[in-house]
This record gives sequence, structure tokens and C-alpha cells, in this order.
Amino acid sequence: MFDFSPYLDLPLIWGVLIATAILLYVLLDGFDLGIGILFPFAPSDKCRDRMMNSIAPFWDGNETWLVLGGGGLFAVFPLAYAILLPAFYMPIITMMLGLITRGVAFEFRFKSSEQSRRLWDYAFHFGSLTAAFSQGVILGSFVQGVQITGRNFSGGVFDWATGFSMVTGMAVVCGYALLGSTWLVMKTEDVTQDWARRAASYVLIFVGLFMGVVSITMPFLNPKISTFWFSTPNVFYLMPIPVATALSFFFIWRGLRTKAEFTPFLLSLAVFLMGYLGLGISLYPWIIPFQYTLWDAASSGPTLSLLLVGIVPLLPIILSYTAYSYYIFRGKASHEHLY
Amino acid sequence: MMTLDPIMLARIQFAFTISFHIVFPAFSIGLASFLAVVEWRWLATGNDLYRDIYKFWVKIFAVAFGMGVVSGVVMSYQFGTNWSIFSDRVANVLGPLLGFEVLTAFFLESSFLGIMLFGWNRVSARMHFVATCIVAGGTLMSAFWILSANSWMQTPQGFTIAADGRLMPTDWLTIIFNPSFPYRLAHMVTAAYLSTAFVVGGVGAFYLWNKQHMPQARIMLGMAVMMAALVAPVQLFIGHLHGDNTLKYQPAKIAAMEGNWDRTSHAPLYLFGWPNQAAEKTEYGITIPDGASWILTGHADGVIPNLKSFPPEDRPMAAPLFWSFRVMVGLGVLMILIGLTSATQYARGKLFESRWLYLWWMAMMPSGFIALLAGWFVTEIGRQPYVAYGVIRTAQAVSPALVGPQVAWSLLCFVVIYILVFGAGSYYILKLIRTGITAPEEAGTYYTHSTEASVIKSIKPGADHV
Repeated sequence: MFDFSPYLDLPLIWGVLIATAILLYVLLDGFDLGIGILFPFAPSDKCRDRMMNSIAPFWDGNETWLVLGGGGLFAVFPLAYAILLPAFYMPIITMMLGLITRGVAFEFRFKSSEQSRRLWDYAFHFGSLTAAFSQGVILGSFVQGVQITGRNFSGGVFDWATGFSMVTGMAVVCGYALLGSTWLVMKTEDVTQDWARRAASYVLIFVGLFMGVVSITMPFLNPKISTFWFSTPNVFYLMPIPVATALSFFFIWRGLRTKAEFTPFLLSLAVFLMGYLGLGISLYPWIIPFQYTLWDAASSGPTLSLLLVGIVPLLPIILSYTAYSYYIFRGKASHEHLY
Repeated sequence: MMTLDPIMLARIQFAFTISFHIVFPAFSIGLASFLAVVEWRWLATGNDLYRDIYKFWVKIFAVAFGMGVVSGVVMSYQFGTNWSIFSDRVANVLGPLLGFEVLTAFFLESSFLGIMLFGWNRVSARMHFVATCIVAGGTLMSAFWILSANSWMQTPQGFTIAADGRLMPTDWLTIIFNPSFPYRLAHMVTAAYLSTAFVVGGVGAFYLWNKQHMPQARIMLGMAVMMAALVAPVQLFIGHLHGDNTLKYQPAKIAAMEGNWDRTSHAPLYLFGWPNQAAEKTEYGITIPDGASWILTGHADGVIPNLKSFPPEDRPMAAPLFWSFRVMVGLGVLMILIGLTSATQYARGKLFESRWLYLWWMAMMPSGFIALLAGWFVTEIGRQPYVAYGVIRTAQAVSPALVGPQVAWSLLCFVVIYILVFGAGSYYILKLIRTGITAPEEAGTYYTHSTEASVIKSIKPGADHV
């Protein structure tokens, strides 16, 4: 039984890896959930076809990061998995149901008759909306912390339903809509692109508002967060995060005005990255905020070592063929040439 | 107010969601390999009939695969929401197996599926074939890891129990290649192939019956006949070996399968009967004397396990186990029969004249899936009352904070959504079958708007893309 724990800080390495997997999930599934959120507002059925086509080859791979997040948490931080999942029981179930209804809509929509296609359009929309909102709720209640006795969650069925988690729910919905609309700016043209650009500029305002509200609320949730952010010299070291976020917002806005195609999407990713980083370092080293650290919740040395041996070669391979797939389906999701 | 038992509800929910789920991956495993063979034949022979078959089944594959993915995400979270004690105690051992499934299989399948479905005019024919093979390989890799994990729950080995009750790994190879794993893997992959063969054969027979798409339908039925004639008998043999393994490691399961409460030797084989858990006997039995002893040990006086030698609290529910087993074996025997009959007709040059045989093949279409589910009922109900056999009891594995109404709510949601969504999925699959093999020009008007239209257009040689 090999065990690298005498030589490596395995829980820390795995904390970073799991955080990366969840970030990749949020960024990747974020844009395709966002397209579902915007779906009914598109100007025509033809636009909706293009929106769907722009993500059809990717959504499945994107969602696999969520499976890695769940499976990874189970394997690497089982205590967190065993406490957090029962704590977020209802939002997790609604997220699943949302993901199911939207996932099948990809296939069913193209196989259904004229009349029932509308049904799958709405299944796609409400499924995406429910999944995104549930994820935001989970995020909010995760940050607020859960009630624990020993190694188990001991709170109530509705503990997750707080004002703050509702706000984070809506924040994630708007954030995904921003990713989705800027993705469309990049991947479509003509009517769809013009509409996506308008949608992105509206959504951008809401994303700014919600990010502001969440950022202001966070330090009040726990004194540890406020001392971390506002004590010197931290305040100077951390300054780049809000500054970079503000700059990203500005350049997304300008990119939309100047009809840039790539910058709005890439900078939307940057906004998410900054938000995620800010959240991550506020909560470090807790995996269950303010109760259990990464080291408390980690699996045994041999378990973490075996998985590390696996992920070191596999992650670069996965990232390369994911990139290959995005490369194959590069360019505009136009299908004019198919007629 | 009636009381809702969270343990029972959580068990029902798991059984319901996983039973729905397993059908789709099983179909995907079989179809992916089938598609790889068909595409290989097409590239090798240049025979366009294979192209037609590929493009027809790949649409059905897309639907089945999509439903497998979305119902599978539920699985990876349900361990935590409903079975948190189990998760906490076994994660150190099982975690890597599930982790490797995601890393070596899920990403591979989902990324290359995109190319397989939509990549026709974006990659070369050879690269497209490679993508199909990678997806097929991914489904098998996934089966490897998940069956290793399931088998470990049946025959847990290679661990120690720490002071706090958590299981700690001591030997990875023993964990992964635990005693029941090779048999379960072989049995399940073969079952997936057979189930798919019966769907493909049934569809072929349906077209032959209706005198539609005859050349393609002959290939479909012909391939299915080969599978049924050659692989179904092998499956019986694998199943028998699997049974021997169960006899060694889970004797109570075998006792329940045979409905044997008190015999030690000269145990009869029940063809029919009703195991009565309370009365501790199998009623209304129609038996072959010494049959069970003979099958399991090779001797009429062979000693086989009986349920009364286990304390009542350690016995699985005998009736559902007993009957699931008979359904599985009965269908297996029917599969062998139809395989041998069809092969004989083929040898006599009469396979494609026997209309009664088409009817039989159509009737057998769902047989593989029913047998597969029945087989899983046998092995999973037979694992009770443990979640990890002999180590952790199911009743002790459930999340402590779970309350009855909460699980009742989620179960109800799953039942409603699954029936709607998977009902629609099955409907669309049947609709695709009814529509049949369409020439590209015949595709519906809306369809030509979609990306998938590129699949059809590009398969047709010389299609004008401009």
C-alpha cells in the first residue's frame, strides 16, 4: 500500500483539485445552463435551434464535471460529502430533477413533432432555471454553514432556505445567463447574435448588483471573513480581486458596445473566476465552513495517494480531448450551409 | 397520521432510481459496441447498407445515452443525500473506484459522443470510427469500475475496520478484483450485449414482417441471430459460474434463490412455489427431486445452504428473490431456444421465410432488459439485510437527519418525473423505429434545420454541403 502522505500535503492538493473541478463545472455547464435560462426569450424558433446546436456537442461533457465533483467529494472528502448532501437534500433533489428534464430536452426536442416541441422548449428552460437556482441556493447555504453533531448533519429539512441562499440562487441564475449570452455572442451570428448582445447587457447589470450584494453580505456572515479581508496587510494583497472584477465588468460592457465577439465571454469567465477565488480564499481552510477543515474531512493517505496516481496522468488527457472536442466544433453554430 | 419510515422509503427510492437507470447504460454498452462493429463493416466493405444501419441506430443510441447520463447523475449524489453513514464508512475503500469511473470512462464517453453524433462533416471517416470505438471502450470501462464497486459491496475484501467504524483499505488489488467481480462483470456485459441483440433483432424482424427496409433488416436480424445462438448459451454457463461463486460467498442468497428452508442434501429444484418468510417454508411447490443439489454440487446428495441455518434477521426476502431468479433463467432459456431455432432455420436457408419466427423475435424484444433487471433484483435483494455484505447493515447506513416526509417527497418527485421523461424517451425511441430507415431527403422539414441533419447529409456520399 503506497502512501505519499509523509511527503505531500495530500488534503491540500486534493482541496485544490476538487475546487478546480467544481470551478470547471461552473464555467462549462454555466454557459449551457445559461442558454436554457435565456431560451424562451429568444426572438424565434430558428434562434432557439441555433442556441441548442451551439451547445449540443458539449453539454454532456460539461455535466460530467458535476459527476466528478460529487464522486470526487465522496472519494476525497467523505466527511464533507456525508454531512453536506443530507443538509442540502431538497435543493440537491431539485437540481437533479432540473438537470434531468433539461438534459433529455436536447434529444427529444429534435425528435418531437411541431406541437410537442414547445413542451421540450419549456422543459429545457425550467430545468435549466431550476438547476441553476438550486446550485446557487446550495452555495449560499454552504457558505452560511450547517448544523452538525459529531460526524453527521443534525439540522432541519428547511435549514437551507434562508434569505441569503435565495439571493445567491438568483445571483447564480443571472451569472449563468451572462455566460450563456456571451457564449452566444461568440458562437452565433446575425439575429441571434444581436439579441444575445442585448440580453448580455441587461444581464450584466443584474450580475453586478447581485455580486455586490453577496460581497457586502459575506463579511457579516462570520467575523473570520471580515478580519481576513479588512485587516492590513491583507486588504492590499486582496485588492487585485475586486479591481480585476470591476475591470472585467467594464470591458464586457465595452466589448458588447464595440461588437467584440470573444472578449465578453472570456471576461465573463474571468468574473466567475474572481468571484470563485474571492469565495475560496474567504473560506479556506474550511471544507464545511468554520467546523471542519480540509484535513479533518480528508480520506486516508492510501486512498488519496491512489487517486492522485490516477488523476496526474488522466486530468491532462481529459483536458486535452475536451479541448480537442471544442476545437472540432469551433466557429459559428450556423447551419445555413446545410440547407 | 401514518408514519413514513425513512429507511424503507430511501431503499425504495434507490431501487426505483437505479432500476430505471441501469436499463439505459446496459443498452448503451451493447449499442456502442454494435455501432462500432457496424461502422467497421461499413469502412471495410464499403457496403452502404451498414451506413444505413449505423445512422438509424445512432439516433436511438443518442436518446438512450442521454437518458443514461441524466439518470446517472442522480446516483452519484444519492449515496450522500440518503446514505451518508454508508458514504462516510466506506468512502476510503470505494471512493477511488467511483472516482476512476468518472476519470477513465465518463469524460471519454461524453466528449467523443459529441464527435460521434455531430462530427460527420468535421472529422475524417477514420476519426469518426475512432470516436465510435472510444465511446464503446468508455462504456466498457465504466462497466468495469461500477461492477467492481458493486461486487465489493457483495463480497467486501481488502480492508480493516478502524476504531471509529470506518473501513480502511489494505490492498487495492484485492478490493478491485474482489471475489465476485470477474463473474459479475462477465455476466453483466454479456447481458448488456444480449439485451441489445434482442432489441436489434426484434426491430429487424419487425421490418421483415412489414416488408420494409428488407436488406438492412436482414443484416440486423442476422447479427442478432448470431448473438443469440452463440452468446446466450455462453451466458448460461457464465451465470452458472457466478452462482457457484455466490454459493461460496453468499450462501443465504443461494438458499433463498432455491427456496430451500431446511434441506441440507437432496435439495429439490423448485420449478414453481411460493416462499413464505413467516412460515419458513416454500408452499405450492412443483419440484424436481434432488435438482438443486445436483445443479449446485453435481451430486444428488450434495449439501447446499438452507435459510433456517441463518438467524431470521440475517435472511434476505426469499419470495422476490426466488421469483426474480426464475424470470431471469426462464428468459435465458427462451433466448437460447430462439437462437438455436433461428440458427437452424438459417442453416436450412429458411431464416428469411419464417414469418412465425419474426413474431417470436418481436415478442422477445424486451426480454433482455427484463432478464437483466430480474438478475439485478436477485443479486441486490440477496445482499440484504446488508449494504456491504456481512459488514454494514442497510438499516444502519441511512442518513441520520433524514425524515420520512422528506424522502416521500423526493421519491414522489422521482416517480413522476421519471415516468414522464423516460416515458417520452421510450416513445421517441419507438417513434424512430416506426419511422424506420429514412433516406436523407425524406427527413422531416424541421429536422433539416438541426445539427443532427448534418449527420444524415454527410453520411450520404456525395451529399452537397454547400
